Amino acid sequence: MQRTNDVYIVGIGQTPVGELWDVSLRNLAVRALKTAREDAGGLQPQAIFVGNMLAANASHQANLGALVAEYAGLAGKAEGYTAEAAEASGGAAIYLAYNAIRSGMVDVAAVVGVEKVTDVVGAGIENRLLSTGLDSDYEASEGLTLVGQASLLLQRYMHENRFPREALAQFPLIAHSNAVNNPNAMFRREISLDAYRNAREDTGVFNQFDIAPNADGAAALILTRKELLPHSADPAVQLRSSSYITDRLALHDRRDPLFFEGAAVSVHQALLKAGITISDLDFFEYSDNTTLHALLSLEAAGFADRGEGWKLASDGSLTLQGSLPVATMGGHKARGFPLGAAGVYQVVEACLQLRGQAGSNQIAHARYAMTQSLAATASAAATQILSV
Amino acid sequence: MTEQNHLPKPEKSKLLVPKIKVGIQGYGAYVPRYRLPNKEIGRIWGNTGGFPVKEKAVAGLDEDVITMSIEAARNALKRSEIGAEELRAVWVGSESHPYAVKPSGTVVAEAIGAPNDIQAGDWEFACKAGTEAIVAAMGLVGSGMGDYALAIGMDTAQGKPGDALEYTAASGGAAYIIGPQEGSLASIEAAYSYVSDTPDFWRRENQVYPEHGQRFTGDPAYFEHILGSAQTILAETGLKPSDFAYAVFHQPNAKFPQRAGKTLGFTPEQIAPGLLAPMIGNTYSGAAIIGLSAILDVAKAGDLILMTSYGSGAGSDSFIIKVRNELEQRRDRALSTQDYIARRTEIDYATYLRFRGEIVTR
Repeated sequence: MQRTNDVYIVGIGQTPVGELWDVSLRNLAVRALKTAREDAGGLQPQAIFVGNMLAANASHQANLGALVAEYAGLAGKAEGYTAEAAEASGGAAIYLAYNAIRSGMVDVAAVVGVEKVTDVVGAGIENRLLSTGLDSDYEASEGLTLVGQASLLLQRYMHENRFPREALAQFPLIAHSNAVNNPNAMFRREISLDAYRNAREDTGVFNQFDIAPNADGAAALILTRKELLPHSADPAVQLRSSSYITDRLALHDRRDPLFFEGAAVSVHQALLKAGITISDLDFFEYSDNTTLHALLSLEAAGFADRGEGWKLASDGSLTLQGSLPVATMGGHKARGFPLGAAGVYQVVEACLQLRGQAGSNQIAHARYAMTQSLAATASAAATQILSV
Repeated sequence: MTEQNHLPKPEKSKLLVPKIKVGIQGYGAYVPRYRLPNKEIGRIWGNTGGFPVKEKAVAGLDEDVITMSIEAARNALKRSEIGAEELRAVWVGSESHPYAVKPSGTVVAEAIGAPNDIQAGDWEFACKAGTEAIVAAMGLVGSGMGDYALAIGMDTAQGKPGDALEYTAASGGAAYIIGPQEGSLASIEAAYSYVSDTPDFWRRENQVYPEHGQRFTGDPAYFEHILGSAQTILAETGLKPSDFAYAVFHQPNAKFPQRAGKTLGFTPEQIAPGLLAPMIGNTYSGAAIIGLSAILDVAKAGDLILMTSYGSGAGSDSFIIKVRNELEQRRDRALSTQDYIARRTEIDYATYLRFRGEIVTR
């Protein structure tokens, strides 16, 4: 038989997302990986790709490859590294694992996205640690934070594209509505339009519901080649493509800060490699790090024209019953935003949909999914296409 | 009146039950007169709502933990049938002792006329230093080493300007004379302490203000220990929330003690008389025991009271207290807790800064 090296996801695992004070970095990682390995019928990974953003700063722990391998009982049996691409770390780790299988050098690869933000409390996370994903010399040192930057962009977007501010309410409203049925979500309560209107102002034009909450969590995948699929993996989800691309780090160096160019290139490449078009997609696990991210990622992917992403939110397209469901298990906003693990959560959730295991949130006849994780203000983008 | 002891034998139980039965021979509260409303603090820092309490009590320029302890101790002596010369211990629990080295207890003891033949150490366990002193006093009296011990919990709590704690960190506390059960105002039937290494709030040597773990101070810290302690003392004594007339918990804000009470199965009516945080703020080492003093001001003979303190770092002490006939006869000998709360002079933020020594003049 000809080896195709097509990549399949045969195991998925996730921990609840939230402020998990009593669960350590290593415990989070190993719990998710254990679940994924059991789901994969005991396939033993030869390589572990860990997606993580903050451990070296927040938990004083680097060298996560060795840490996770040892605590998963794979010391001496598997290679292991950290993929760090700020909030897109999880997506970058998936990309590396995908390439490892595609290349034929690795038969079974594990991806573990893990983030432990509650090892630091207070403004240190937002002001000091999250800003490490920006340009330190030219942005962070000037006092700019990730949320501050996104808020400035939304202000500009609202200036260039006149539309009712309330249209953006649907991004968090849909996310919260979808999280109600996700047992692993951080916020399992709906929010009303009134709650959004009356929400506490946060940063610039954002209110508290426009910003995804940083959280602890870990999610894991087991990838392998088609030839090695265990009989139990039915239906097996194919990782048809993974694409990872960088953009200019500092916002002021972009040609057009209101267009996520890197994200657009990443989607284009992913679709090309997968051999499908955007209209084939049944749903999109996008990066709603903030409302601005949700808006611009829809435009970058080509689901909406420039300046019209807000229309998708307000016309019902993005709900579970709409033409392009997003954040189907709550997204970063309501499932919670475990930073470097978030990209892996997205793929786990897409697998649940494609396997028909999404419970009350199941999208009927879902065959093609796209997930995308964005670093900072889209200075890096990892995009995956999955299918059954 | 014969005292019923509901308790199983101590050797089979986690409860702290002294060999010689003990009780509260006297108690006294003290709250300084100055009040800083939360909305006044919010005015400075740009907050308009969602305040944790209405206002907080602030010590005046000439007040500190020692002077306030003396006030409360004198009230406790007035309600007792003893003189200060009969005390065998003067213990002050606080996290704002005026001196890092040199006890508060010796100054308080001299001022109230206690003899030289006493123990006088200070206690420190964040906000449960006062109840730790009460447990020690139960041990001293309950073992027969001394007849009377004075245990005080008092604070002039520090909150960094602009920090969430600034809205609640308050001044006040209470003093308790622990002695034989016979002739006491209320018997202490049992105590129980639940502690763990949980760093939710701390202040290191030479730091002016404490630091805290924000939401970590909630579920894994306050609630874990308050509920762990209260549930254990209820289980070990076989008592139910409905057996109690009152319950009082450490009150860092208005919300936490109410949620703790509800979780344990107490009604708002059982909690209300001891819930003082909304009016005076969080008096730290004084918070649970000044709530108890407000309850003793209104309780009837035979009433059962549950008190559970909480100290960061972390631990909770629970007590089962039963009111005796003597209480109603002797409690009016001193100002009530509510008398002190009603004695109120509102100050603005600038005056607050002056009182707290925050204005640098050289």
